[in-house]
Amino acid sequence: MTTAAAPPEETLSEQGAPGAAPPPWWLRALRWTAEANVAVVSFCAIVFGLFVGAILIVVTTPATLTAWGQIGSAPGHSLSVIFSTLGNAFGALFTGSIFSPSAVGHAISTGQGWAAAFTPISETMVSATPLILAGTGVAIGFSTGVFNIGGQGQLIAGAIAATYVGFGVHLPLVPHLVLVVLAGAAGGAVAGFIPGILKARTGAHEVIVTIMLNYIFLNLLNYLLVTPPLQQPGQSNAISRTVPASARLPHLFGGGLRVNVGFLVALGVAAAAAWFMKRGTLGFEFKVIGANPSAGRTAGMDASKATILVLTISGALVGLAGMSTLSGTDFFLSSGYGGNNGFNAITVALLGRNRPLGVVLGSLLFAALSTGGRYLQANTNIPLDLTQVIQAVIVFLVATPALVREIFRLREAGAGKILLFTKGWGA
Amino acid sequence: MSVVELAPSDLVAAPEGRVVTSARVRGMGAFLLALAAIMVLAFGAGVPSDAKATFLLSAPPAIGLAPLVMPVRWVSIALAVVCAGLGAALLVRARPRGSYLTFGAGVTVFIWALLAWAARGNTLNFEQMLAETLVSATPLVYGALSGVMCERSGVVNIAIEGQFLAGAFLGAMIGSATGVLWAGVVAGAVAGAIFGALLAFLALRYGADQIIVGVVIVAFCTGLTNFLTEQVLTPYQATLNSPSTFSPAGIPLLDKIPILGPVLFYQNVFVYGAAVLLVVVQVALFQTRWGLRARAVSEHPRAAETVGIHVLSVRYRNVILGGVIAGIGGASFTIGSIGEFSADMTAGLGYVALAAMIFGRWRPFGALGAALLFGFSISLQSFLAVLNVGIPSPFLSMTPYVITIAVVSGLVGRVRPPAADGVPYSRE
Repeated sequence: MTTAAAPPEETLSEQGAPGAAPPPWWLRALRWTAEANVAVVSFCAIVFGLFVGAILIVVTTPATLTAWGQIGSAPGHSLSVIFSTLGNAFGALFTGSIFSPSAVGHAISTGQGWAAAFTPISETMVSATPLILAGTGVAIGFSTGVFNIGGQGQLIAGAIAATYVGFGVHLPLVPHLVLVVLAGAAGGAVAGFIPGILKARTGAHEVIVTIMLNYIFLNLLNYLLVTPPLQQPGQSNAISRTVPASARLPHLFGGGLRVNVGFLVALGVAAAAAWFMKRGTLGFEFKVIGANPSAGRTAGMDASKATILVLTISGALVGLAGMSTLSGTDFFLSSGYGGNNGFNAITVALLGRNRPLGVVLGSLLFAALSTGGRYLQANTNIPLDLTQVIQAVIVFLVATPALVREIFRLREAGAGKILLFTKGWGA
Repeated sequence: MSVVELAPSDLVAAPEGRVVTSARVRGMGAFLLALAAIMVLAFGAGVPSDAKATFLLSAPPAIGLAPLVMPVRWVSIALAVVCAGLGAALLVRARPRGSYLTFGAGVTVFIWALLAWAARGNTLNFEQMLAETLVSATPLVYGALSGVMCERSGVVNIAIEGQFLAGAFLGAMIGSATGVLWAGVVAGAVAGAIFGALLAFLALRYGADQIIVGVVIVAFCTGLTNFLTEQVLTPYQATLNSPSTFSPAGIPLLDKIPILGPVLFYQNVFVYGAAVLLVVVQVALFQTRWGLRARAVSEHPRAAETVGIHVLSVRYRNVILGGVIAGIGGASFTIGSIGEFSADMTAGLGYVALAAMIFGRWRPFGALGAALLFGFSISLQSFLAVLNVGIPSPFLSMTPYVITIAVVSGLVGRVRPPAADGVPYSRE
C-alpha cells in the first residue's frame, strides 16, 4: 500500500536556495509521481481497487481458504496456492481484456491467427462504446449540477426507439443507419426530458425521478417484448425482432472482430462534448449554472431551461449508448436490456472527472475490467460481479482524493480536485 | 461540494413546510373531478348492472365479520359523487389548509371504487390486502427513518438501498448459519452500521460529495452481495442461505378487533419494531436535548458549534445510527418474510424509502404516511395481478414507481430540507 513513498533526496531538495537553478526535469518528474495530481490519484485508486479484489478472491475461494488454514504447518505451500490463484485470476483479467501473450506469439511466429490475437482488445473496445456515450451524457449533467441516475431507463428508451426504426423502416445502409442513430438519441432524449421538465416545473428532484423512471422503462420494455409489433413473431419468449443488416453498425476490421463504427461514433461524441463544454455558449451557461446558480441568474441565464436542456441532451447521449449496443453487437432486445451500463456510466463519469477525455479513458478501463471479468468467470469460476466491486472501490477513492493522499502518502497538489456539483434536495 | 440555493419561494415557506400554492390546490381539485369521471364511465357504466363484488373483511384471530357484497355499478356512482364533491370543494375554495386531507379522501374513495370494479364477479381478500400494505411499508419505514436520522444531522444518505442489501444479505447469512433469528437482526444492523460509518468517514472526514458517495455505496453493496451470493451462498445454500423467518405473533385481545386487529396486532417483530422506532425517533428528535442538537447541526452547523456542540460527532453518531436502522430494515427482507437472500432483491425500494422521507417532510410520522401509501401501491398491484383485471402485469409493476413520481412532482413540489443538508462542514 505504500508503493509511492517519497524518496529521501526529493524532500531534501524540495526548497532550493533562492536564485538556485530550477531542479532538473527528471527530479520534477519524480516529484510529480509523488503528488496527488489527477493521474497519480487515479492510478493509486486503480491499484487499491485491484488490491481489494485480490483480498475478496482470497477470502472467498475454497482452495485459498484451505491453504490459509494450513499456513502454520506448510507456509510455503499455502503461499504458493494463494499466489497462484491470484496470478491466475489477474492473468485471466489481463488475457481476457488486452491480449494473450501466447496468441500473439502464435500469430507472430506463424503469421496467422491475428484475429484471435486482437479479439480481447476488440471486445474491450466493444464494451467501452456504450460506456463512453452514456458516461459523456452523465458527465454533462454533472457539470451543470444535475445528477442523472436514469441511465438505465434512457438507455432502454434509446434502444427501443432504435429497434423500431431498425425493423420498421426499409432503406439502404447509410440513410437507414443515420435514422437508427437519430432514433436512439431521440428515445433517450424523451426519457431525459421527463425528469427535466418535472424538475423545472414542479421541483421534483431528478435523483428520485430518474431512478423511478429506470424501473418504469424496465417494465415498459418487458411489456413491449411480449407484444406485437416489437416481439419476435412466432416466439413466446420475451425477445424483440432482429434488426436487418442495413440497421447494423459495420465492423471496423474483418476477421470477426466485433469492434464497430459505434466506437468511432462514441469517440466523436466525446470530442464534440469536450468542444461543447469548453467553447460552446450553451456549454458555458451550463457550467456557470452548475457552479453558481445565483450568478447564472444574475447574468440573465435561465436555470429552468438549462435543467431541461441538460437532462434532454444527457438522455440523448445515453440513448445513443443503447443504440450502439443494439445496432453494434446485439441486434435484438431482451429483458433487462443494457445490464449495468446505465449505472456504470455514473462511475465512469466520476472516474473521468466529468471531462470527456477522462470519460473515454475511464470507459476503456472499466470495459477492460468487465471484459476481463467475463473471461475470469468462464475460466476460474470467480463471479463477474467482482469487477463491479473493484470499480466501486476505484470510484470511492477517486471521489475522495484526500483519502488517497493519506493511504499512499502523496503530497498535496492543486490539480487533484474533482469539479463536481450535486445539490441538496431543495434546489 | 454542494451548492445550496435559496429560491424566493423558500423564503415564504413555513419552516419544514411545503409550498402549497392555490394553483396546486386547483390542480388537485381538477384531478379529483377527472377521477370521478373515470369512476362513472369505467367503473359505473362500464359494468353490467347486476355485477357484484365481494370483499372479505375478516382473518383468523379477529372476531368474524360477514363479507361485504356490493353492487359495483351503484357503489361506483355513489363514490364518484363523493369524489366529485371533494374535487369541486378544492376547486372553489382553492385554499391550502386541509387540501391534502381532502385530496387524500378523494383518492381513497377512487381506490375503493377501483377495487370494487377489479373484484366484480369475484372475491377480494381486503383484510389480507391491508395486512400486506403494512408488511410492504415496513422496510420503507425503516429506510425513511434512516434517512430522517442522517438528514436531520445534515448528511444526505442516498445509500439506503445499499444498506438494505447489506442488511438483507448478512441477516440471512448469520440467521441461517447460527439458526438464531435475533443474531440475524443484529448482523443486519451491523452491516448497515458499517456502510453508515463508511459514508460518514468519507463524507465527514474527507469532505467527499455525499450524494456521490451514497450512489457508489449502493454500487459497491450490489456488486459485493451479488459476488458473495454466487461465491459463498449458492454453494452452501442449505447452511448459509436458509434462515427461518419471524412468524407473526398476536397481541392478546387487540388482535381480536374486527378488520384492524389482524392488520395491526398480528404481525412479526419487524412491524412492531418499526412502530416502536417511529415513536422513539419522533420523541428523540423533537423532545430531547439530543434531538435539538441534531436539528441545530442540520440547520446551522456554525451556530451549533459556537454554542459548544461538536458538529462532526453529532453527524457521525446520527449517520451510523441511520445505518443501523436501514440495516435492520434490510434484514426484514430476508428473515422477515422471504427466508432467502437473492441478488438485487430490494429492487430500488431504498430509493422509494428516500422519496417517502422527502414526502414526509423529514418527519417520522410524515414518512410513515408516505410509506403506507407506497406500501399500499405495492400491495395493490399484486392483488390486481391476482384478480386478473386485464391490465398487463408490467404496467401493474410500474405502479409504485409511477406513484412515487406523481407524489414527488405533483404533491410535494419544492420542499424545504434542513438548511445544511448535504453541505460538508469544516471548522475554519
